[in-house]
Amino acid sequence: MSDFLLELRCEEIPARMQAGARAELEKLFRREMDAAGVGVDDVTVWSTPRRLALIARGLPDATKAVSEEAKGPPVGAPDQAVDGFCRKNGVSRDDLEVRDVKGRETYFAVKNIPGRATSDLLAEAIPAIIRDFSWPKSMRWGEASLSTESLRWVRPLSGIVALLGDEVVACEVHGVTSGAVTLGHRFHHSGDITIGNADDYAMKLRAGHVIVDHEERQNLIREGAARVASEAGLSLVEDEGLVIENAGLTEWPVPLLGRFDEDFLDVPPEVIQLTARVNQKYFVCESKDGKLANAFICTANIEAEDGGAAIVDGNRKVLAARLSDARFFWELDQKTPLREHAKKLERITFHEKLGSVADKVERVAKLAAWLTSDARAPNGDHNAARQAAELSKSDLVTEMVGEFPELQGLMGGYYAEKEGLPQDVANAIRDHYKPVGQDDEVPTAPITVAVSLADKLDNLFSFFNIDILPTGSKDPFALRRAALGYLRLVQANKLELSLEQAAQAWGGLGQAKLGTRVAEFLSDRLAVQMREEGVRHDYIAASREWHGHTDARTDRIEARARALAEFLKTENGINLLAGYKRAANILKKEDWHGAEGEIARTGEEDPLALVDDPDMKAVIDAKMEERHNREIAYTPEPAEKALIDALDTAEPQAAKAIEAEDFEGAMSALASLRAPIDAFFEDVTVNDPDEDKRAARLDLLARFRAAVHNVADFSKIEG
Amino acid sequence: MTKPVWDTMQRNPQTSFQDMILALHDFWSAHGCLILQPYDMRMGAGTFHTATTLRALGPEPWNAAFVQPCRRPTDGRYGENPNRLQHYYQYQVILKPSPADIQDLYLESLKVIGIDPLKHDIRFVEDDWESPTLGAWGLGWEVWCDGMEVTQFTYFQQMGGFDCKPVAGELTYGLERLAMYIQGVDNVYDLNFNGQGVSYGEVFLENEKQMSKWNFEVAETDALFDLFNKAEAECQNALNADVPIAAYEQAVEASHIFNLLQARGVISVQERASYMARVRDLARGSCEKYAQTMAPQWQAKYPEWSL
Repeated sequence: MSDFLLELRCEEIPARMQAGARAELEKLFRREMDAAGVGVDDVTVWSTPRRLALIARGLPDATKAVSEEAKGPPVGAPDQAVDGFCRKNGVSRDDLEVRDVKGRETYFAVKNIPGRATSDLLAEAIPAIIRDFSWPKSMRWGEASLSTESLRWVRPLSGIVALLGDEVVACEVHGVTSGAVTLGHRFHHSGDITIGNADDYAMKLRAGHVIVDHEERQNLIREGAARVASEAGLSLVEDEGLVIENAGLTEWPVPLLGRFDEDFLDVPPEVIQLTARVNQKYFVCESKDGKLANAFICTANIEAEDGGAAIVDGNRKVLAARLSDARFFWELDQKTPLREHAKKLERITFHEKLGSVADKVERVAKLAAWLTSDARAPNGDHNAARQAAELSKSDLVTEMVGEFPELQGLMGGYYAEKEGLPQDVANAIRDHYKPVGQDDEVPTAPITVAVSLADKLDNLFSFFNIDILPTGSKDPFALRRAALGYLRLVQANKLELSLEQAAQAWGGLGQAKLGTRVAEFLSDRLAVQMREEGVRHDYIAASREWHGHTDARTDRIEARARALAEFLKTENGINLLAGYKRAANILKKEDWHGAEGEIARTGEEDPLALVDDPDMKAVIDAKMEERHNREIAYTPEPAEKALIDALDTAEPQAAKAIEAEDFEGAMSALASLRAPIDAFFEDVTVNDPDEDKRAARLDLLARFRAAVHNVADFSKIEG
Repeated sequence: MTKPVWDTMQRNPQTSFQDMILALHDFWSAHGCLILQPYDMRMGAGTFHTATTLRALGPEPWNAAFVQPCRRPTDGRYGENPNRLQHYYQYQVILKPSPADIQDLYLESLKVIGIDPLKHDIRFVEDDWESPTLGAWGLGWEVWCDGMEVTQFTYFQQMGGFDCKPVAGELTYGLERLAMYIQGVDNVYDLNFNGQGVSYGEVFLENEKQMSKWNFEVAETDALFDLFNKAEAECQNALNADVPIAAYEQAVEASHIFNLLQARGVISVQERASYMARVRDLARGSCEKYAQTMAPQWQAKYPEWSL
């Protein structure tokens, strides 16, 4: 048994790629060893900016010899068959063995594959790993790049250490030969470091001022940054992304705290933090009162001779220059009111078919005003909603958002406050992009909700209207995110909003169909969202129709699906569903349509499409009446009678509950049918030889099915 | 016998802007680079110099270093901003093929101008470079010194839409920034230009004021539009006549005129994309034509090589 060490040294690997590279190295190593039949247990992978390292413990010194045998044709088979078998197994005819198989003499090919030295396998595996290594971006370099066939790596590959036990695994990859020699820290160590084996690797590198274990470096940064902050009487604003990034930029990390001019604290803290983090990779700190302090923590890669004073001073100057720029933008932007900034939006194209951002803002403002006034979803001051919407995108043309696009909204909110606009308007401008991520808070202030909803609805209506829909993994205008935002706003604020009416308010009375299309898309997204909570998607499918049309209210679809989910957890629900399926199967088998079916035979695709047609109303009412009151020409059996009575009670109850959108009530009305339908199936023969009885009973089942359908479309429920 | 003057001269890059440049010249000259002079045209970056763009194409070795004045009209601040200039210097080194010790050479050059890597924190931070205008891209880093970007370091992978065979390494030092750092001044105009008290401001402040005004307020826009169209036409004319270097110059000219039009604020957002596409077509067309024109000569010398 021996331990194997592989180090691939190259010029600085981008910090963001190092985690992926570690996983890739382990994956390819295991692939190679699996293919060679070498068992691998314990693998450790490390990275620094300048090296990737892998240590595999306890590799066998050689693979076991294996014997493989294959059964061939019987002795006496045609030569062709025997020769073919030999070719296939790579043996000659003389090598074949003859054995008895159930009384027949049969040829066998036996191949003895000798074991191989692990070092030989590794010498082949290393070039394969390097050749197949997948980087997010890779490059060519040096003299060899005269050909495009030259090796690709993330940055020039400069050295390979490969040791099995104490021995070098000799190999060569595009002119780089393996050995035992590596380099230490770029500045703190000069000359070669000769590694003995996997055990002394990390130690020898440490002596060369390299901490090869990335997690150790991360800990040093995490703890060191917290320590220097607390020594300055401050607390560190934790940022795990920065910890990992700085560990990926250093081999010998040294966190250092510096101060910047207090005057910069006039600039919003988010701006300072973003400038420090994004541009400079600095941590920031808070003072005891929880406010941003005038301090930054940079992570140097050296232990400087002067304790880091020059480094801190240099970094301070760079940050000061950045913050001066930020303050310049902050002050410059405030010289122009948001209303003036908004005019510049006319010059920015929102989408070539959808006009400018100013056009979009106008649509959003109209819709936000409609939501708060006509729809009362949410209830709020429509003038404030309109004003907030009109100014909501103005910050896009400010210098600050030009520099930091991720501050959109936030800056608009700050500038609105500075201008003295009402607080709810400023808040709406600030928060109208929310909710963005899964964990983002959902607005509840009415004006904010109105602008946020209107913004998302405008995206959905606009792109659906020009037939740009998300397909597969492609969703360039983030309509799925807009849909999720819409749903979460509706849910958090318990809004009852018809998408058909909203579409009409958005684009005119002719746009009801657009509202339906968006409602369909939203209910698909609702199904995805609720599946994550464990509500089955078929419950949504069973709840999507309202009076025979796609329900334009997602809140209602959701309420119905939730009631259905609860109901189908109860014993009554489970049994009623079973009774429903049984009734539906019988009706299907008998091709029996009942009153519903006869209406369907009017030739409309949608059986209830004509229900609201005044000419048809009388016909349908008569038909229903006829079915309902048809005299039963025989004395019904008790279970039959009980079901009729139960339906007479449950039908109006359920209908009333549905109209009141009381879905739990509707479900409990259905629950009252469970015992009668069970008893009916228990006691009554549907397919009675008497044709009248059979017809009446099938009609009764059809009536039962219709009663269930009026509450939810149980035919959509799977299983 | 007294020594001749040239033998007693010393470089003082820590106190003199021009000595810093001369020290870099000495260093790269000693490492086999041709020391070229600036390209005599207005351009936005040293990369536009033909010693970089055109020489990055083809199989022949090429090692050169030069200062290139860069003009970025929209960066003008009338001499009022301590860091931003509409005219500044880049120091450019191009090494083809990229030598194995290019990073070490670069770090050595920093020591030559007085940056001690055990006192200052030098870092190579991922920064890939792309110029759609030139049909070019490369991978590399921005080099940080105590958090300040002092150099762009790029391995060219493609130029003019062609794979670089071989790859060239390009180093672009921001000279004013480096000098401000080394001299410890916070305002570019306070740089000591010659080590004997002449400041950068004395040399360039008036220029910045006047040129900012001209770029933003004065330049006659009709004339600029006209110049743009003429450069575009002349580029085509040169391409048709199989003189792609001349065509490339016109592409550089058109690019700068476009930047001036931007500074004058007369190009709308929509038009901007179309102007950029026109410049890109000129630059790429010239590079392509150059590569195609030169390919037979290159192949004669390097039979294994193909475009």
